[in-house]
Amino acid sequence: MNTVDNVSRRGFLKGMLSTGALILSVHLLPEPAGAGEKISGGSTHADRATLHPSAFVGVDTDGTVYIVAHRSEMGTGIRTSLPLVVADELDADWKLVKVEQAIGDWRYGGQDTDGSHSIRDFFDVMREAGGTARLMLIEAAAAQWKVPPGQCETGLHEVVHRPTGRKLGYGALAAAASRLPVPRKEALRLKRKSQWRYIGKGHPSYDLTALCTGKAVYGMDARMDGMVYAAVMHPPVLGGTVKSYDDKEALKVRGVRQVVPIAPFKPPHAFQPLGGLAVIADNTWAAFQGRKKLNVVWDNGPNATYNSAQYKKALFETARAPAKVARNAGDVEAEFKKGGRVLEAEYYIPHLAHAPMEPPVAVAEFRGGTVTAWTCTQNPQAVQDIVAEQLKIPRENVICHVTLLGGGFGRKSKPDYVAEAAVLSKKVGRPVKVVWSREDDIKFGYYHTVSAMYMKAALDANGKPAAWLQRSVFPPIGSTFELGDRYGSAGELGQGWTDIPYDIPNLRIENGPAQAHVRIGWLRSVANIYHAFAVQSFSDELAHAAGRDPVDYLLELIGPPRILDLKGIDYPNCGAPYTAYPIDTGRLRRVIELAAAKSGWGKHKLGKGRGMGIAVHRSFVTYVATVVEVEVDERGKITIPHVHTAVDAGLVANPEFARAQFEGAAVFGASLARTGEITATNGVIDQSNFYDYPVALMRDAPRRTDVYLVDSDAPPGGIGEPGVPPFVPALCNAVFAATGKRIRELPLSKHQLT
Amino acid sequence: MIRLKVNGVEHSFDGDPMMPLLWYLRDELALTGTKFGCGVSLCGACVVHLNGKAIRSCVTPMRQLENAEVTTIEGLSVKGPHPVQRAWMQFKVPQCGYCQSGQIMSAVALLSSNRSPSDEQIDEAMSGNICRCGTYQRIRAAIKAAAKESA
Ligand code: FES
Ligand code: FES
Repeated sequence: MNTVDNVSRRGFLKGMLSTGALILSVHLLPEPAGAGEKISGGSTHADRATLHPSAFVGVDTDGTVYIVAHRSEMGTGIRTSLPLVVADELDADWKLVKVEQAIGDWRYGGQDTDGSHSIRDFFDVMREAGGTARLMLIEAAAAQWKVPPGQCETGLHEVVHRPTGRKLGYGALAAAASRLPVPRKEALRLKRKSQWRYIGKGHPSYDLTALCTGKAVYGMDARMDGMVYAAVMHPPVLGGTVKSYDDKEALKVRGVRQVVPIAPFKPPHAFQPLGGLAVIADNTWAAFQGRKKLNVVWDNGPNATYNSAQYKKALFETARAPAKVARNAGDVEAEFKKGGRVLEAEYYIPHLAHAPMEPPVAVAEFRGGTVTAWTCTQNPQAVQDIVAEQLKIPRENVICHVTLLGGGFGRKSKPDYVAEAAVLSKKVGRPVKVVWSREDDIKFGYYHTVSAMYMKAALDANGKPAAWLQRSVFPPIGSTFELGDRYGSAGELGQGWTDIPYDIPNLRIENGPAQAHVRIGWLRSVANIYHAFAVQSFSDELAHAAGRDPVDYLLELIGPPRILDLKGIDYPNCGAPYTAYPIDTGRLRRVIELAAAKSGWGKHKLGKGRGMGIAVHRSFVTYVATVVEVEVDERGKITIPHVHTAVDAGLVANPEFARAQFEGAAVFGASLARTGEITATNGVIDQSNFYDYPVALMRDAPRRTDVYLVDSDAPPGGIGEPGVPPFVPALCNAVFAATGKRIRELPLSKHQLT
Repeated sequence: MIRLKVNGVEHSFDGDPMMPLLWYLRDELALTGTKFGCGVSLCGACVVHLNGKAIRSCVTPMRQLENAEVTTIEGLSVKGPHPVQRAWMQFKVPQCGYCQSGQIMSAVALLSSNRSPSDEQIDEAMSGNICRCGTYQRIRAAIKAAAKESA
């Protein structure tokens, strides 16, 4: 079985933490089917199809090709782009392909759809799955024609005998092919790039029609026979418990059936339910109404001391003091003492909430020692683990069906809400659908951390940094899984901090401690957000201090094209091997030059109140440079007329989806930069819905984002996350260009720009 | 007892008259194309048409709907996709797609009152519909294309 089984849970989580997402990618690939061995016990159409050489693909005698999507679809298009790779290598007609969504099952390898690595890790796996079926169909046809297989090739959904032009369709060959041994990987004849039909072509989503007609099924839409609805009143402070409660009024609400306590979690909280009281009702509305009528006295526990304003001060104090060294070259202190030009700056980004359009929701039924769940999850395997742990049943007894996700952004990698549904189903003896309101979502998130960054540089006579010190402080994601974890993991620091690609002789990178008081989780782009904000804003500050053009200066900071040598530094590279995915400053330079050229950087005079800013960042092994144009009117109101994003993501499986992700990243970045702020007072989150946690509306979003994809033969990188980190500092640098106001703390809504 | 038509079909409702239409559609009629995003009229995921006008079903109690004619996303395309839906497909608007029922219903309502809206009018009419995935520029392009097609 999969090697993850042999790793302890703690070890697995540790591995996960070291990237803030996933790192054990090498363990997460499915076991190849041995020669001649058939996957058994499966339950998909692909498994039941006549020819089914791997868990991912099946071919039926009517010619239907079933392809299993094992990663979660939350808008990136992965449910289409990976199956298209299978279809391409199989030479299948996409119109005859049925995509089916996998349940949580380790036979597919890892399913945690986060960290922008689905294509990176599964591109080859999908090619092999398609190529295996194709070779078997070729061999079956050759046997039937009694010709050497080498004389046969495939056309669209058929095998062709080249010398005679004879043809046999896949459906007609499926039975004969199924009797052949499954070929070994080495025997496969994978296509050349020039022969690809679908890869790199920008095919639309498999679900496009459903998505435009209201027929797509999300977690919010899942139903089970006989289900009841639940709204959970969570403890207002993390770790709080119910002292006493009165449910008399709640039970009077029409449609409310009962009120059920959920036990508090045992620290560390990880993916456990938060605890509290669940109102069980006949419909969602009644459950919400009943919850309003609950009277609860809480014991808020130790996190009731959490006040964001004070905490921010403490973070900055920590950031000003020497801390744990993560990377060091030369001697920054000696350089600072030389008395040259020294600049300092401090940056800050508050907590953020994911706020996917569809709040967390799950329906689950516990029956006869087995749980069946339908939910919008990024990680059905984590659902299996937490439900099994909560109900003390074996993991195999948890069947997790994955619906479409109405957005995820990392929130739906954490299946606490699914565990709630399972626990409640066991208590009430029926399927239970737990619906989180928007208030639940905003108030009880796994927040993006809160961070302070201290930066210091000494400029030489030419205005280039001779020394650079950077220190970040933030409560780490590790605190969710390990009590008292206070330092950033190698994975978090490896997201834009230890891997700073600058050519500076004296360089020191530090990280200070911070205690978490809310659940900290990974949010789209994770630690890259605050690290890129500090590094790219400070770079712009230095450029202006040196009287240099920011683009030229950025290129000079990066220095000549080279492979960055990170020997001796604990650098997980988001789980990608450094040999195949090194930091190549040539690729960084190229995206800067491309974005600058396309945006007309420095070419024309921008009027009053207008400005352009640039930033560059490599994350999830993808290189992105973004130029943002802003307009700030006399009242300080910002509009963003145009964004130019140049992207080198290596080989891009579906450029259409890639462009959409970078367009969306600009909007996500605009949301967090303009108004993103979660704060706590006495441990209680202050925000609750879109009026006090606003996200970008059409009028706030960039009016136009152009995405330029670099044609690249490098292995595939990520597309879902890398667009966000450079957008935020590019926007703030543009605001500086337009107004002369330097933004060191987000959100922008806190600043008077006139 | 409240009588209303949903997508041309007669229904009667005798539950809590304060229950918003959204939950009646979703939980009772299993018309789940209309989405829940905020529950307080801030996001537009729940937009449906009431007697031809766009409304937010999450804040529209059932008691206001006696004799009402409600159209949901499911009712928009009974005779094949609506021109706005076709434009949505042409521009490959959806990412996760969760907000798109509401976006489409708002866009249809906009175009029925203004056949060729300007950029500003589109922004104005559509800025009550949140798309967290950030598909706004494609939405704007699709609305313009649909306007052209029906012009
Ligand atoms: S759910 Fe009705 S406006 Fe958000
Ligand atoms: S497409 Fe995901 S919220 Fe709009």
